[in-house]
Amino acid sequence: MSTTSTSPLPGKPDAPQQAGERRQAASAKPVTWKTPVLLTALGIVAFIFFGLMGPNQTARFGLSSSGDFFQLPALEVPAFLGGIILSVLMLGLAGYAVYLKTKDQAAPRWVPVTFIVLFVAAFLIWVVGGARTPSISLAGLIAGSVTLAVPLVFGSLSGVLCERAGVVNIAIEGQLLGGAFTAALVASITKSPFIGLLAAAVAGAVVSMVLALFSIKYLVNQIIVGVVLNVLVSGLTGFLFNTVMQADKATFNSPDQLPIFDIPVLSGIPVIGPVLFKQSVVGYLMYIAVIVVWVGLFKTKWGLRVRAVGEHPLAADTMGIKVNATRFWNVTLGGAIAGIGGSFFTLVAIDSFTEEISGGRGFIAIAALIFGRWNPVGAFFASLLFGFADNLQSIVTIIGTPVPSQFMAMLPYLVTVLAVAGLVGRSRPPAADGIPYVKG
Amino acid sequence: MTDQNEPQHPGGQPTDPDADKNDADKHHAGKHHLPTPAEEETAAVVSLDTAGGAMEPSAVPATAQSGKIPGPPETLVRRIFTGSGMVSVLAVLLALILGGLLIALTDKQVGTTATYLLARPTDFLSAVWSAATRSYVALFQGSVFNPRGAGIAGQIAPLMETLTIATPLITAGLGVALAFRAGLFNIGAQGQIIMAGILAAWAGFALHLPLGLHLLLVLVAGIIGGAFWGGLVGYLKARTGAHEVILTIMFNYIALYLLRYLLNTPAFQRPGETNPISPVLDASAAYPQIFGSQYRLHLGFLLAIAATVFVWWLLNRSTVGFEFRAVGANPKAAQTAGINVSRSTILVMAMAGALAGLSGVAQVAGTEKVLTDGVAATYGFDAITVALLGRSTPWGTFAAGLLFGAFRAGAVQMQIQTGTPIDIVLVVQSLIVLFIAAPPLVRAVFGLNPRRKKRPTAGKTKTAATTGGAA
Repeated sequence: MSTTSTSPLPGKPDAPQQAGERRQAASAKPVTWKTPVLLTALGIVAFIFFGLMGPNQTARFGLSSSGDFFQLPALEVPAFLGGIILSVLMLGLAGYAVYLKTKDQAAPRWVPVTFIVLFVAAFLIWVVGGARTPSISLAGLIAGSVTLAVPLVFGSLSGVLCERAGVVNIAIEGQLLGGAFTAALVASITKSPFIGLLAAAVAGAVVSMVLALFSIKYLVNQIIVGVVLNVLVSGLTGFLFNTVMQADKATFNSPDQLPIFDIPVLSGIPVIGPVLFKQSVVGYLMYIAVIVVWVGLFKTKWGLRVRAVGEHPLAADTMGIKVNATRFWNVTLGGAIAGIGGSFFTLVAIDSFTEEISGGRGFIAIAALIFGRWNPVGAFFASLLFGFADNLQSIVTIIGTPVPSQFMAMLPYLVTVLAVAGLVGRSRPPAADGIPYVKG
Repeated sequence: MTDQNEPQHPGGQPTDPDADKNDADKHHAGKHHLPTPAEEETAAVVSLDTAGGAMEPSAVPATAQSGKIPGPPETLVRRIFTGSGMVSVLAVLLALILGGLLIALTDKQVGTTATYLLARPTDFLSAVWSAATRSYVALFQGSVFNPRGAGIAGQIAPLMETLTIATPLITAGLGVALAFRAGLFNIGAQGQIIMAGILAAWAGFALHLPLGLHLLLVLVAGIIGGAFWGGLVGYLKARTGAHEVILTIMFNYIALYLLRYLLNTPAFQRPGETNPISPVLDASAAYPQIFGSQYRLHLGFLLAIAATVFVWWLLNRSTVGFEFRAVGANPKAAQTAGINVSRSTILVMAMAGALAGLSGVAQVAGTEKVLTDGVAATYGFDAITVALLGRSTPWGTFAAGLLFGAFRAGAVQMQIQTGTPIDIVLVVQSLIVLFIAAPPLVRAVFGLNPRRKKRPTAGKTKTAATTGGAA
């Protein structure tokens, strides 16, 4: 899927490149006003809402939980002042981007990233400061965000593996759902959550193999197969849930939960301890998977081949790489990873399967994949951001803020629209993404 | 990418009013004759191909892809059985068989007889047969004709219900199909239905106007709502190049949460109600029922027929529709030929949204009469499968909408009578679309693959020329 057009729109004159700017590499496209304008607009919004119209209370963020081996004092921020300072910083960044644009240079990567961090911080202060009880546990917020992000991370890694090899994976939702169902079923029958975890990987891989078969062998449009597979898996799991699982819940839908491994001492570190060192197997696997996929894709021969297949299959083929075999196995591997992510729903988060348990998270995973620019690490942080928004949504309902929870729920999708419309620089998919390769 | 290796398409396509067919014809020495099944298939392949949303769909003549294999002419019988219509029928059949097996697999009676399978295999087989057929008979009785109904009116009641449910499927399916033809993947019918529902419902319960005028306003409000939501996607795509699949998926969620928010505001929530539900629409804002109050079938169905005719006219007889198809077939060539691709993108998405908007109006003014957060049910997603099954042609979409409407209506009866969950419909629907998209698979299952001298590599891939292209 090409998410951004590289060609300028017809009728929109492009400033002819000055000779002095030739050093900007001939292939780089002309710097657009998109990022500076968007940053400025968001900065002004932040200044008005989070700054000038900011609440007068003091927002209190608890940093430690009672189990930590040393306690940190709570962070207290006067909401009004905090909003002003942060939004002025944001405007500064926007101004810097505008300044660079006037010199025909693109803003470096850290500018929008820092901007996002500041914006989220200001937003958080504003939300908490305006609440009835202006106090939340930051540690709990972050731990909850990571929990909610786990399936998203696995899903987006699946997308990265598929799309880097040139196959669009819209079926992430189906892979998550298939994994969740199979994990619950097999873990219940075998009484072993670990076998359930394995089965979930197999189920995800099977869904992926159907995608691979139809899109690579039968050359059916990949988006069509993906969309249809989501429906198929939803129907199959729903059908089997209603016939098999509901008939005998005790035998077929009461999986044992994966144990939480608590690494002593380390898990007691405030804020990051529980996030990094008090997780289930799936949680730890998530960190490992992100690192392995990143190293694999960008530091190994295998990864180079995969990316070649996704960028220029003809060239890869000429070099003797088996394009379609590479794609097939990459898609299968991606499915297995998404399947593991799906098992999180039934083996860690909730103790049984229900229909549509994945609840559209496969689509948010796609959003995270794009927001993370088809990079495993980027996708990981994007997933965390979306998990954070998801968690914040439930928390703000509890502490009673003026922001309707529906808008919080809408946030990941709005952010994604902004992202694909070009906020975070150019997010460019692999060149051959979605194009079947026919050897000829 | 196929077009690197294949001859470039002669520039005639964008200026040729009936590109698909002429492509096919050219390769038959321009002779004028009735389309053979094989040709129909290539035409369908092309339509699915452009549906494939390819930004660079095959600039390759359809027949070049499908490869007329040189050799002895195929027999007429063989042509009929390998043709596109037959593949569709076989795909439906195969999907129903698999669905039946799934039903049988989870049936208790089948499970019991399976324990003594080797002793009395006939028991097992008859249990399998009866489990599957029982469900399908119930499905049929719930969707077409119920022999136990009271009088002829009661007996055709299921058929009326089928048409009622088919109404939103058809119009939303047309929206998806229209976008497909312009090379755009409109996954956003769901959101467009919701936005149409919001505006139409508001006009229906908040305003109080005379009969006729009120309904007209509701209709227009709904169409505008859908067209706005679809057009916005088209605009963003044209301006920024963002991919419409991602945009439409995101816009679906944004619309849903907007609806949920609105249903909790005083402007939309029914007074004295804590649930998120709107007031009932005025009687003057509702679609009249076509055959009186005993059936739910409403004016929306006639509008769906009109919409089908309109889309057919638009695509096959109008300049705008020709531009849509040209852009769908090859945006670069279309641009070279002087077509404003950006304008076409925005316009086609707005029209697709307007068509989906008709579904939204059918829901709030026809069947539901209120606005809830389930206003779109799953019609927007089903519409995608409807358009795919209909191969993105207006009448194909119409027929597919009727079929899936029948599945939906019948499934309710089936669940009541036999306990088979409604989800089986999703399975059968998606299998149908999968099989139809891969004709070689279906033909292989039924042993109908055309006899051919296989070239070592290209043999089977060439027929399956549903190259999605660069989506």
